[in-house]
Amino acid sequence: MIIVSVGTQLPFDRLIRMVDDLAPSLHDKAFAQTGRGVYVPKNIEWKADVPAKEFDALLSGASVLVAHAGIGTVLKADQYGKPIILVPRKASLGEHRNDHQLATVSKLKGRPGIYVAEEQDELLRLLSDTDSLSRPSALDPPGRIRLQSHLEMIVNGAIGAAR
Amino acid sequence: MRPKTDIVAVASSGGHWQQLLLATQTLRLTRSVLYVTTKPELLAQAGIENGRTVLDCNRDTLGKMVKSIFQCLSIILVHRPAVVISTGAAPGIICLAAGRLIGAHTIWIDSFANVEKLSMSGKIARYVANTWLTQWEHLSTARGPTYAGELL
Repeated sequence: MIIVSVGTQLPFDRLIRMVDDLAPSLHDKAFAQTGRGVYVPKNIEWKADVPAKEFDALLSGASVLVAHAGIGTVLKADQYGKPIILVPRKASLGEHRNDHQLATVSKLKGRPGIYVAEEQDELLRLLSDTDSLSRPSALDPPGRIRLQSHLEMIVNGAIGAAR
Repeated sequence: MRPKTDIVAVASSGGHWQQLLLATQTLRLTRSVLYVTTKPELLAQAGIENGRTVLDCNRDTLGKMVKSIFQCLSIILVHRPAVVISTGAAPGIICLAAGRLIGAHTIWIDSFANVEKLSMSGKIARYVANTWLTQWEHLSTARGPTYAGELL
């Protein structure tokens, strides 16, 4: 199952429409969380909002997550060990206030389990063979461990000084 | 006297919240952390029983902001943490400011999403955070923010 998610804050009909158009030619079935969009999918199952617990259950059985380039969504895919295909929102198409999602994907592209598709043909290529997509690393990234230890050091210092 | 709560950790829903959980993952093991967010279901989902929720707000929602300020202030004044930590956005700034009032050490971690420049709240954080962090090395400067790793 391909899970599509666009978050709850802004519509992203271009993404829903891309997957809906591709669905008849794909082996995997797809489900979309469409949020505030107005486009009604014809070929895939969909729901505007999916409660957090239900979304987690869907994701744990998914082959891949296709989503806008939100950090929360990237972390979810990482948490469930699923490949994610990011489709960045573009300010020029009215999809976000600015192009920070383009900047985010340019930094994340190439990491294990993270793919980027800006156009439908790239999305088709990736979704045609979801078994071949790599998964995110199961290890905590070194930058996270470093930041966590830095925070522990600061907190230990602050609490020591407060007593 | 030892404060009842070591750390108040604050983030609004979505990516901010998930980054807060990751940032405090190891701190939670040894310190008492009171989590504050903007949607009750997020606390339940993360298995946090004693968390608090406050109203979400931004610079366009003045009425909500006033209420959110009172909610954040009362949490900080009642729990008197030694540390206040936030990954964003507006309620985090308010809690950090309240933390400064009671002499807590305040920590801001700007979101990983802010790759090209700090967010509006990230820039304001400079004035209320004792520790002001960005997750992007190229955004760090000698006068802050500091880079000390990234969550992703």
